[in-house]
Amino acid sequence: MGELNTAMIERYRNSFLKEVEANVEEGEWVKMCMQCGVCSGSCPLGKFWEHPPQEIFMMIRAGKREAVLQSESVWMCTSCYNCIVRCPRELPITHIMHGLAHYAKRLGLVPKTNPTAKFAQMFWDNLMVKGRINELKLGLALYFMNGFGDGIKVALKNQKLGMAMMKTGRMNPKEAFGGHAVKDLAGFHKVLKKAQELEDARIAQNGPPAGA
Amino acid sequence: MAAEKKLAGYICTGCGIGERLDAKQLQAVATREGKLPSVKQHPMLCGAEGVKLIQDDIDAGNATHIMIAACSRRSKVEAFSFPTVAMSRANLREGVIWARPEGDEHQETTQEMADDYIRMAAAEIKFMTVPESSGEQELNKTLLVVGGGMTGMTAAVEAAKAGYPVHLVCDEPVLGGVWKDLYKRVPFRAAAFDVPGGNDVDLPQPEDPGLDDLIEQVMANGRITVHLNAKITKTSGAPGRFSADLSMESGRTLTENFGAIVQATDYKPYDANQLPEFAYGTTPDVLTNFEFERLAKQANGAVIKRPSDGRAVKSVAFIQCAGQRSSNAGHLPYCSGFCCTESIKQAMYFKAQNPGCDATILFDDLRTPGAAGEDFYRSGQQAMVTFTKGQASAVVAAGGDLRVKFKDLILNEDTEMVCDLVVLATGQVPNTGPDPYAQLAVDEAPTEEEKAAARAALAVAPPSILNLDYRQGTDLPHLKHGFVDSHFICFPYETRRTGIYAAGPVRRPMDLKQAMDDAVGATMKAIQSLENAARGSAAHPRVGDLSYPRFRKEGCTQCKRCTVECPFGAINEDEQRYPQFNESRCRRCGTCMGACPVRVISFDNYSVDTVGQQLKAVDVPDEFSEKPRILCLACENDAYPALDMAAQSGEHITPFARVIPVRCLGSVSLSWVTDALNSGYDGIVLMGCRRDDDYQCHFVRGSAMAAERLSKVGDTLTQLNLETERVAVHEVAITDLKRAPAILNEMAETITRIGMSPFKF
Repeated sequence: MGELNTAMIERYRNSFLKEVEANVEEGEWVKMCMQCGVCSGSCPLGKFWEHPPQEIFMMIRAGKREAVLQSESVWMCTSCYNCIVRCPRELPITHIMHGLAHYAKRLGLVPKTNPTAKFAQMFWDNLMVKGRINELKLGLALYFMNGFGDGIKVALKNQKLGMAMMKTGRMNPKEAFGGHAVKDLAGFHKVLKKAQELEDARIAQNGPPAGA
Repeated sequence: MAAEKKLAGYICTGCGIGERLDAKQLQAVATREGKLPSVKQHPMLCGAEGVKLIQDDIDAGNATHIMIAACSRRSKVEAFSFPTVAMSRANLREGVIWARPEGDEHQETTQEMADDYIRMAAAEIKFMTVPESSGEQELNKTLLVVGGGMTGMTAAVEAAKAGYPVHLVCDEPVLGGVWKDLYKRVPFRAAAFDVPGGNDVDLPQPEDPGLDDLIEQVMANGRITVHLNAKITKTSGAPGRFSADLSMESGRTLTENFGAIVQATDYKPYDANQLPEFAYGTTPDVLTNFEFERLAKQANGAVIKRPSDGRAVKSVAFIQCAGQRSSNAGHLPYCSGFCCTESIKQAMYFKAQNPGCDATILFDDLRTPGAAGEDFYRSGQQAMVTFTKGQASAVVAAGGDLRVKFKDLILNEDTEMVCDLVVLATGQVPNTGPDPYAQLAVDEAPTEEEKAAARAALAVAPPSILNLDYRQGTDLPHLKHGFVDSHFICFPYETRRTGIYAAGPVRRPMDLKQAMDDAVGATMKAIQSLENAARGSAAHPRVGDLSYPRFRKEGCTQCKRCTVECPFGAINEDEQRYPQFNESRCRRCGTCMGACPVRVISFDNYSVDTVGQQLKAVDVPDEFSEKPRILCLACENDAYPALDMAAQSGEHITPFARVIPVRCLGSVSLSWVTDALNSGYDGIVLMGCRRDDDYQCHFVRGSAMAAERLSKVGDTLTQLNLETERVAVHEVAITDLKRAPAILNEMAETITRIGMSPFKF
């Protein structure tokens, strides 16, 4: 993926805004931001962001490519949609944040230690197996993300919650052994494969050929 | 008008007046004390039957001077419209019953209030006459439009469309003025109503400026006479009878008569030589927005090239607010209001004409007033113009490139960008004549030093445009920063010279669309003015008033106070230095009347007597009655309506106050204050509009004049051994519904504290 990144830098040397416009989902909206700051003010996690959305948009225009794509901030979005609802220019800010995160992921620029990115990968891998989320496996994988000792600690801390979930049938211990799948698992994988192909084609059109 | 006065009074008992007050008592007061030979009552005087009752008396010749005791003089003006007779109104509804609580314990003082208002109105009517025309009126339908720009041309075309002939004076060889260099204009319309939000929707685009069309319309119009390369060397007269000397290119002078004048002299581009920090003048690649527009016009849709080396521009920066919105010396302190949309438009030229060109607008506060407004901002964003919230500090020319240093205000960092061309968004400087009061300051400076200072200020003043032959200077008075207007929010286009209206950027900074809209408004005002002048009736704000200042020449001491203090420069001086009132230049505020130390100035229906007799008619109880009397002189524009509306909304006032409306606090004669004190009033409250900076006075300076005159009243009070608190001057706005009554109630409390006046007989 490093090569894709280099190719993209080469292609859009002058304008990161144009690169975002062409490659990031809903990226064509970034130019419409009028810097009012309502998104940053509306974000429930705003004060924890190193660069709140308003700044991210300004940084894109200022050509701060690495700072944006390697930023932890775009991974901070919890999809509460407050910003989308309030944006006077109707920018789909939540989608743009996810779009930027996704693009950074494709280019291999995501900070290695970012927990949200790690969890997202875990979630994806979990989902791919059966076409459904396996709560037990996902939960355990999450607990043990930072090593065995830490995992035990977290698991014990959440013991009560886990028991309650099992009692109400939200989590099944049997899921540890395989777990159940969607009705047409092969079809599910086919859909995703097609989606991947389309995505690759889009990137190829805007940048270098896929796999280059 | 018949020489014999036939007085008649009419008391309305409707709206609760009959229930709350003793109507018999009112009738008795009007007859015995008011000495009105005929007094009639009606349960609904403003109804058809009541109005007929009055009209029949008038028609039968039994009433030439009528007193109506009913609601406020501000209510039922259509019903109680009897233009052939003199009329006074006693305010029993808003002034008494609505302003007082119900209940037996209040009955006595409330009734006394009503009795007094009847006495006052009956006294007033005896000193009023029906305003009669002076015979000075003329109808001259021709308009003089000064300025051949888009504003002036629009004014001319609009006036011609309305059927009024126009002389259009332009000091340049061609029409168009500052707008003639426009390549395209900021769109005149917003997006269609149903255009949604989006990043690829149908938004307004830069459009053809329409200059040639407008010039064609002007030249082809039979009602418009265009004078190119012409100047106005003298303007004299008044609305309806202005006379202007036009000095033509040939050297000939043409004298023409006009009914009214529109000054549409637009603006002068700001002199960017005062911006060396942006490398202006050191490289041709730094241009002002005005200069760049010419460059774009030359390119005419083709690739825009750098002036220095003819290379196609690949990257351009627009610096907003250049030399504007800043307190630095030589900068304009105000926002010119057109430059943001102008820069968006110019940035879009690059996006359309220079493939792949980056266009960045460095702004602090992007403001897009005007018709297309925010939609045009979005239009620029859709075209991929980069909007950077940043404050530019310097432009450095280095190796063929320009480096723009700026502070990014979102990312809070000092940074820079490299580009080929820089456009400075500079502002509009009003193209007006010198402030007349700058000239007066020279004439009237008491010492040589002050004269020299005033002369220095005048030396940098621009040359005169109108060359008015007025006592108070050659041009329109300035409001702020050289713009001429009297109040751009409350009374746009109205200047402080009646019959001369300001349109476009001479009034306040604005874009083309607003300037053209302005021209329509100012032209309409000018037409109204000349039509009013023909009827002898006043212009704004006393529209339709037929009274005008009359003066008793034999009593005049030629002190010149009236000619100096008239806020509208209406009064000239004749050869013998007597005032010349120029009726149709007068706004009827009465500031001259308040200024006159020998009380020789009066109006037919408003004079030193009409108010003086009212305050003397009030029954002043003795010192031991515990019933003080407070005189309130309230401006009819704001304070009096505020009191009316306060009563309407249930605010109560002290029963000891007697309120008399005045045309303006500027019309208040100091003799009223002395008379009131001598008559035993315990307190006097004067309510006028906000004065000085951000004034709200409808006559601009009236309230300020009054405050100046009344500032000396304290000395008089001390001499009389009276407490200075007994006279209070307050600024009251029309919205002060709680405060206006509170001021009167406070005065009542003050009197309780300091005791009654010793001057009671």
